[in-house]
Amino acid sequence: MEKMPKWADVVLIPLISLFLAAVLSALVILGIGEDPVAAVKLMVDGALGSSYGWGYTLYYATNFMFTGLAVAVAAHAGLFNIGGEGQAMLGGLGVAVICLFIPWPHWSLALIFAALAAGLFGAAWAAIPAYLQAKRGSHIVITTIMFNFIAAAVLNYLLVNQLRPVGSMDPASARFAEAVHLPSLHEMLAPLGIAFSKSAPANVSLLVALAACILVWVLIWRTSLGFEIRAFGKSEPGARYAGISPVKITMIAMLISGALAGMMATNNVMGEAERLVLNSTEGAGFIGIAVALMGRNHPFGVFLAAILFGFLYQGGAELALWTKIPRELIVVIQALVILFTGALDNMVRMPLERIFLAFRKEAK
Amino acid sequence: MDFLTLIQVLDSTVRLATPLLLACLAGLYSERAGIFDIGLEGKMLMAAFFSAAVAAVTGNVWLGLLAGIGSSMLLAGLHGVASITFRGNQLISGVAINFLAAGMTVLIAQDWFQQGGRTPSLIGGGRFVPIELPFAIGPADAAAAGVPLTQMLKEAGWVSQIYSELISGHSILVYLTFLFVPLTAWILFGTRFGLRLRAVGENPAAVDTAGVSVVGLRFAAVAICGVLCGIAGSYLATALQAGFVKDMSAGRGFIALAALIFAKWRPWHALGACLLFGLFQALELRPDVLEAAFGMKIQAQFLGALPYVMTVVILAGFVGKAIPPKAGGEPYVKER
Repeated sequence: MEKMPKWADVVLIPLISLFLAAVLSALVILGIGEDPVAAVKLMVDGALGSSYGWGYTLYYATNFMFTGLAVAVAAHAGLFNIGGEGQAMLGGLGVAVICLFIPWPHWSLALIFAALAAGLFGAAWAAIPAYLQAKRGSHIVITTIMFNFIAAAVLNYLLVNQLRPVGSMDPASARFAEAVHLPSLHEMLAPLGIAFSKSAPANVSLLVALAACILVWVLIWRTSLGFEIRAFGKSEPGARYAGISPVKITMIAMLISGALAGMMATNNVMGEAERLVLNSTEGAGFIGIAVALMGRNHPFGVFLAAILFGFLYQGGAELALWTKIPRELIVVIQALVILFTGALDNMVRMPLERIFLAFRKEAK
Repeated sequence: MDFLTLIQVLDSTVRLATPLLLACLAGLYSERAGIFDIGLEGKMLMAAFFSAAVAAVTGNVWLGLLAGIGSSMLLAGLHGVASITFRGNQLISGVAINFLAAGMTVLIAQDWFQQGGRTPSLIGGGRFVPIELPFAIGPADAAAAGVPLTQMLKEAGWVSQIYSELISGHSILVYLTFLFVPLTAWILFGTRFGLRLRAVGENPAAVDTAGVSVVGLRFAAVAICGVLCGIAGSYLATALQAGFVKDMSAGRGFIALAALIFAKWRPWHALGACLLFGLFQALELRPDVLEAAFGMKIQAQFLGALPYVMTVVILAGFVGKAIPPKAGGEPYVKER
């Protein structure tokens, strides 16, 4: 018998965890002598009060959807992919290679191949840790952490020594051609007669992210591969007994995960910066962990959590602009969300389970 | 490249290896007891900030050290509660602690000092000063003789050079850290506590059956880890540098983690691994030495990534296999 109804597990526990994180964040804001209510109001105004704010919120959310899905897919196979950051960096390299060296006639064609290349590069970066986990039993968390640092070094080397245009001091690639410019939400919505902020970076790759959410849902819950991934994640001996190859599932799950993280680059590199810069990922790979935990590894949950974190990011930027609260407040909130929805999950769950059990006994 | 240059590079190797070694030993206690800790970085960062902040306000570096250790232990306690008491995911808890430290340090620094997330520069008693051992050639001798220190060292014999440059002139924390290595080896392999600590990381059920508290031992290990990370962070802010700046731990916690795997969770090997990775960091700062030694330019990024690459190779099992403590990462549930 289940200890508590499914809705409590899926909705109630994340909400309580979020509430706890919010209360502590409010205390932190109070602690540095600011007003939490005014801060929240400013964040809502700045992130959701205008199409400019929404444009940024959705731009960040697009990044987080990709990295959140990456963490979620690996988590279904019982693997903790902490290397989304490095995989997204390599994805950026894939996008840059496609956009810099091939003269594309139209952005749509460029986007398809850039997404493929980004996914391929990201998957390749996840492949080595996956192989080492599957074949040699080295812990995937440690190897993916190491690969984050190696990716940063590789990108640093390539940007400074190879991709940097002659005469430029900036460790960044040349600007991409005008032809691969992705339409922003402003350009997409204008023909429909909807006015949207011109300067906000949200772009067509938001639709790619939404498509990825749906595809991941189909993969995990509507295909036999998804079933094998979930079975392997629930119990490795059980899956092995059912004839599921651990090596195959580990590899496939991590390749998909790496590809999803890599595809984030269609948004931040191709859609926003339009060139490859140093540290283009800005920690989005790690936020994917919080997003996946918050969204309970379900694509719809990841979608909602990504919007929430997009709001926090844009709101946090507004706070830093108008108050004395530094942007790092968002890092604290992110830490608290990871702490409560991930590490301290049992702290919320155990008392709740007891309450539900008590109610059930009374009903009988 | 002359002998004195080599000694200077080794000297900065010792300086840079010290925080790595402290964090590595910290991780050693925790992971030997079966608690994975990827939050070494965060604990160091927190300690770096609080040690620098308290040292800046009070002007007393020892109070700073105490504050650093205290703040690091607070985070260690959080990790303990999450992973031992509530049997949560130890890796996720570590990630959370790293972010918590990265955010809170800047937030508090900005609130207290309004200097863009840093502390004021530490002066006078706010820093750990180098200790000059007896008979070593130091600034005072140079001043007395009326010649520059570098020239005086150059003219000295090689024994004197090693003694004055490499062995003498470090802060007290450096000497303490190197003492921690034999101490840790003795505690782990020579005492009853150490035997139990190792056992709880391999087979907690057996320890429980013997009537020893698994929870108590694991909390003790996590607390020791907190103390050592606290010293590591304080060393960064009050000895290696003079004050706290944002993200000053700069991945050292993860290099220490790499060193721990490289050393296969053994104290003496940890010393070797940390000195090796410290040497890479020292060479990164001296591209001229590298160029002279190899006759060509070596990319700084390559040296920076080398510890991680080497650790992956070790993990891959191509050069001897790194096998972690058997019960690592798994919360212990008493059988009912």
